[in-house]
Amino acid sequence: MKKILYSGLLFIAFFALKTVTAQTKKPLAKPSATTNINASIQRGKAVYATLCVACHQVDGGGVPNLNPPLIKTSYVLGDKKRLINILLNGMQGVDIDGETYSNVMPPVSQFSNQQIADVLTYVRNSFGNKASAVTLTEVNSLRPKK
Amino acid sequence: MKNNHTRLKIATLSLALLCSITKAQTNKKAEQFKLPQGFNISVAADDVGRARHMAITTDGAIYVKLARPVDGKGIILLEDKDGDGKFNQSSGFGNYGGTGLYIKDNYLYASSNSEVFRYKLDKDQRVVDPSKPEKIVTGLIDRRQHETKSITLDNNGNLYVNIGAYSNSCQEADRRAGSPGRPDCPILDSAGGIWRFKIDQLNQSYNNGSRFATGLRNVVGLDWNQQDNSLYVMQHGRDQLDMFSQFFNSKQSAELPAECMYKLKEGDNAGWPYMYYDPFKKKKMLAPEYGGDGTKEANNKFIDPVVAFPAHLAPNGLLFYTGSQFPERYKNGAFVAFHGSWNRAPQPQEGYFVAFVPFANGKPSGEWEIFANGFAGVSVVNSPREAVHRPCGLALGKDGSLYVSDDTKGTIFRITYNKNSK
Repeated sequence: MKKILYSGLLFIAFFALKTVTAQTKKPLAKPSATTNINASIQRGKAVYATLCVACHQVDGGGVPNLNPPLIKTSYVLGDKKRLINILLNGMQGVDIDGETYSNVMPPVSQFSNQQIADVLTYVRNSFGNKASAVTLTEVNSLRPKK
Repeated sequence: MKNNHTRLKIATLSLALLCSITKAQTNKKAEQFKLPQGFNISVAADDVGRARHMAITTDGAIYVKLARPVDGKGIILLEDKDGDGKFNQSSGFGNYGGTGLYIKDNYLYASSNSEVFRYKLDKDQRVVDPSKPEKIVTGLIDRRQHETKSITLDNNGNLYVNIGAYSNSCQEADRRAGSPGRPDCPILDSAGGIWRFKIDQLNQSYNNGSRFATGLRNVVGLDWNQQDNSLYVMQHGRDQLDMFSQFFNSKQSAELPAECMYKLKEGDNAGWPYMYYDPFKKKKMLAPEYGGDGTKEANNKFIDPVVAFPAHLAPNGLLFYTGSQFPERYKNGAFVAFHGSWNRAPQPQEGYFVAFVPFANGKPSGEWEIFANGFAGVSVVNSPREAVHRPCGLALGKDGSLYVSDDTKGTIFRITYNKNSK
């Protein structure tokens, strides 16, 4: 319990500092890979709020026994192709880290390739996750012309 | 720069404030539960596993069905040999997970997610041979979604089994935004209802059981009401009406439809997936998968609920109170254990309590009320995994105490009444 509390506090402290740092640097920053990722994360956050949040929850923690968490699982942090394909084709009946999840993940192929890249970049960089961005090119390679 | 210092100060102050709030909450833990005056709640057993439904023997021992076996044991026996209110596990058996558990006439009935077994009990209601149950029902559908099989018995040798629909709303593509409903929903021929079997025949399945009632998406809490000799069930209502965002926004999706209690007669149809019950309009509404838009009413052939509770609270336990320890108004009334919602995001989740509905002459005689609250251990549940305990099963102790199981931490709670206590 204590451990969770401390990590929670560290998390908050980190963000408090991060806000300060971000504010300081803002006027000097030029468009770069970092700002591109940040823009993608912001757009992805909005996409997440439209549909994903219902099952995966505001904290990305999912629902025990029903909907998988998105926090530091191999599916989220691992092979990007596999991850993109889950959004394009859906997923059902797969155990994750020894736990079963009853609900189906529907395909979200109504999202544009850019929205898929953005929401995955958001998920891979939220809820304690830190991983590379998913780019539009990577989604395009699995689903041309959308 | 000065600005940044101010921000840092604010951040530090907020941290300090947060620490003190957290500390205060920790200190409050012992008094987190809220019950009506005179009632007390205590921990009868802890960390027993993912405790689902329970069955209590005539001498007060508790059998508990676990969703997943612990050390190969899916049913455990808890006993309080010295009478201090603390129960210890004295045995375990049945290497299958599941939910249903019921004792009647010297048999213990237990379900996996596809079968029902019964175990002969001795004069003390202890299982005679844990390794040799009779398999009375087999081959029921288990497709992960709504897979648990809750059970209850009537007084005429019949067993009632819930077979949940392996779908949210019988869409062509389950839970996919805008996907239409499948015509003449084919799921209903083998799921989405209550099936009836004989208690004393082996290896029954769909071919020799009968569909007692249909149009029930998923039932976890159910009980036989001895007063009016009828089956009552609590349905888990459908999720995600906002998959049809042209008709429902996320707030409506969070607050619709009601979680309904039904009284079932043979042949009844509660209307899933064609309708949902709107607790504000108090009407049966046509589901958007089948042409509904939030204003069109459903066919009136579907039965009405007995009680409509708020949306998505997930009723997992139902018990009609026939004990005599609690005050008179509780007699024959219904207790409902709500597991707590997940489908109200981004709004806070609700439920995680035990509710009560007073009954008189086989009908509700008043509004439902929250009876025991505080299981979640936090004041607001933003995400279900924040809840420390999630109420699941209910059982009546021989002294009239009410037991509540929790399938998250594995706690068995005991609720007692003493008119002199504060």
